[in-house]
Amino acid sequence: MPLPPIVASLTRHKLTALLLMLQVSLTCAIVCNVAFMIVDRVQQLHHPSGVAENELVMIESTDLDQNAQPLVRHATDLTALRAIPGVTSVAVVDAMPFNHYDWSNGIALMQDGPARATATAFNGTPGELTTLGLHLVEGRDFLPNEYVPLGSAHDWNGIDQVPVTIVTRALADKLFPGQDPLGKAIYPDEKPVRIVGVIDHLLRPQAHESADSDDATVFPMLPDGNDVTYVLRTAPQDRERVLKQAAEVLDHLHDNRILRHAQTFEQLRADFFHRSRTMIALLMAAALGLLVVTALGIAGLASFWVQQRRRSIGIRRAVGATRRDILRYFQLENFLIVGAGVTLGTLLAYGLNMLLMQHYEQPRLPLLYLAVGALALWLLGQLAVLGPALRAASVPPVVATRGA
Amino acid sequence: MFRYYLLLAAYSFKRSRLLTALMILAIGLGIGASMTMITVLHVMSGDPLPGRSAQLYVPVIDPHPVSNTKPKNTIVDGNMTWTDAMYLLHAARADRQAAMAAGALPVRPAQASLRPFFESGHYVTADFFPMFGTPFRTGAGWSAQDDENHVRVVVLNADLNRKLFGNTPSIGRNVRLKNTDFRVIGVLDDWQPQPTFYAQIDNAAFGSTDQFFIPLQTAQELNFEISGRMWCWGNGGDGRASGDCSWLQFWVELDSAGKAHAYQNFLADYWRDQQAHGRFPRPVNAQLYGLMDWLSNQHVVPGDLRLQLWLALGFLGVCMLNIVGLLLAKFLRRGGEISVRRALGARRRDVFLQLGIEAGAIGIAGGALGLGIAELGLWSVRQRPDGYAHLAQMDITMLLGTFLLAIVAGVCAGLVPAWRACNVTPALQLKTQ
Repeated sequence: MPLPPIVASLTRHKLTALLLMLQVSLTCAIVCNVAFMIVDRVQQLHHPSGVAENELVMIESTDLDQNAQPLVRHATDLTALRAIPGVTSVAVVDAMPFNHYDWSNGIALMQDGPARATATAFNGTPGELTTLGLHLVEGRDFLPNEYVPLGSAHDWNGIDQVPVTIVTRALADKLFPGQDPLGKAIYPDEKPVRIVGVIDHLLRPQAHESADSDDATVFPMLPDGNDVTYVLRTAPQDRERVLKQAAEVLDHLHDNRILRHAQTFEQLRADFFHRSRTMIALLMAAALGLLVVTALGIAGLASFWVQQRRRSIGIRRAVGATRRDILRYFQLENFLIVGAGVTLGTLLAYGLNMLLMQHYEQPRLPLLYLAVGALALWLLGQLAVLGPALRAASVPPVVATRGA
Repeated sequence: MFRYYLLLAAYSFKRSRLLTALMILAIGLGIGASMTMITVLHVMSGDPLPGRSAQLYVPVIDPHPVSNTKPKNTIVDGNMTWTDAMYLLHAARADRQAAMAAGALPVRPAQASLRPFFESGHYVTADFFPMFGTPFRTGAGWSAQDDENHVRVVVLNADLNRKLFGNTPSIGRNVRLKNTDFRVIGVLDDWQPQPTFYAQIDNAAFGSTDQFFIPLQTAQELNFEISGRMWCWGNGGDGRASGDCSWLQFWVELDSAGKAHAYQNFLADYWRDQQAHGRFPRPVNAQLYGLMDWLSNQHVVPGDLRLQLWLALGFLGVCMLNIVGLLLAKFLRRGGEISVRRALGARRRDVFLQLGIEAGAIGIAGGALGLGIAELGLWSVRQRPDGYAHLAQMDITMLLGTFLLAIVAGVCAGLVPAWRACNVTPALQLKTQ
């Protein structure tokens, strides 16, 4: 099929063709960026937290006793919680991924040196690693004699007494690129703390930029504030029962306390991301809406044109054009318009991405999205035009002999 | 004539029912989505303290060290250290000033039937109440002297008061917060500004309300926990009472631009003075933000919502292009009919009016649909588990705005095609028939 007649015919509908092209380009630009945002957010949603997500339940307890001895209370509570059938391991902790309790320290490599990274401190009783299900990839767990009190009442001065730490792979790579981190000293505050182990992942309790989201230090410091979280590990099917029993056990042991946020880890994660999920749904709806409107627009316009050109189609058929030729004509015409739209659209998509990078800290749009977006719109255009084009192809040659 | 044109339009719609429905649906969806988001942003950008907001300012001084590991943190957080807040409070250079911090405390009711529970409130200084014009149902706040004496008094908000005391008078009675008794000296008349502008602006800025207010110095003496961000640096080791931890919010009332200017100079002088004492290593840049400026600077409207608005507007734009294109094709196809009318003596403006009415009818129908969709959209926003959800209601301005947008959109969509179609050359069109 030679192009010139199609182009010549399009110049008779300059404004209409231009509008359709603009619509396609705008749709292309928005859909490419929206698709990128959706993928970005879905990835965040599935970021590994590093803990055994489907086996954990927790409950936050605030002791109201004026003269409470937190360390003694926690030890008693832990013994009772451990006795609940089905519980494999328990620990008292302060921070957890997604629980917003974020105590971050600047980590230096020498005393009073500049901070190389900011990392969240995770503190807990012996067995924290086993309870949370953290994967030790190098080194060892803490020894019983390495635990010190956190010192919550004294501005967390445990950080200056704690001898050792376990860090995440991401933090180790950031602080000691290309070196073995084991045995190295870091300075989260005044005093050196030696790295004895490396875990693969541990997500910080609050949202951070993705490059920093896994920067965590685990310290053998015993939480000694009035407000702590009990974590219990159990089989997935036992979680609800264990959670209920844990609340009863704690209440029975000592009722002058407030128990809050009794939930499974999966609930905690779901709550943390509920905004993100709403946003993903909205982004999907918007992209789908745009594509549908554009497809309907293409189909609507094509059917107008088919009606308008019935006579000329008839003439062409009368002078020897096959049905196939007519079909091809409309398909090619659509291909040209959508092609022009997509070309402009990719440029617009890049411009839009630039704006988003500036105002919403969106990363750069990979070329793949543009290619897929362009292809999708081309396919969509062909699909939308198929119906009207088939109707055009079925116009009988005899129309040529009739009046308008 | 108008009725006749309407009749013609109705006839034209009948000939292509599906397409007309499609155009109305597209414009309805576009307007509905846009108006939903415009309304949400409109209510969230509202003035939390009408009549007073123009005189309220946040002074921003930055005591943080130069080297820090947050390179991209471009938003100032405005938090102050205890040292600086107390200096500004006692210097009393503004008409009114108050330092404050948020805290959640266990409340322990006297009745045995109620279990202890957590409640969020604020630790504030005396001027907080007159400065923000908090409405008192009974009683009043405390004095600056009470602040210095670390008195143990509390002002309750309506909800907590009702929960603890029902309908009995509560003034003079005690409330046990954490492990200390506080005497009730005032009850607020359900004060819940949206957002809670005076606190650190975060995800909870909408939907949360403070139920108790106690003197800041008392809370500091009792070492009550604060909620929110606290940033410490240096090696002082004496925590939040030092000049090395920023965690307090500070507000001033200044009733003229001149005073605001003078206060800013005062802040800059303080900065320079502190530099002489080895603090405030960053270059002097004292700022004073008005309340509304402060809210927008702190992004009280989450970025995701602004993105949703742009998305809705983009969608409306594509829908508009779609309708303009379809109407154009539709009108041009009727070139023959238009030519006949023109040849029979209709002026261009008659044709233009006729087609304009047809396009306008689609716009109005789409707008009406859009209004319904916007109400539906707002309803769905109200179902979100976010603090701002309950605010998503359409007021009369927004209602009129929706209609206006619909008509403007409809007319704009019809204008170009109508103008283009009424310019057909009758003779040429008739000849080709």
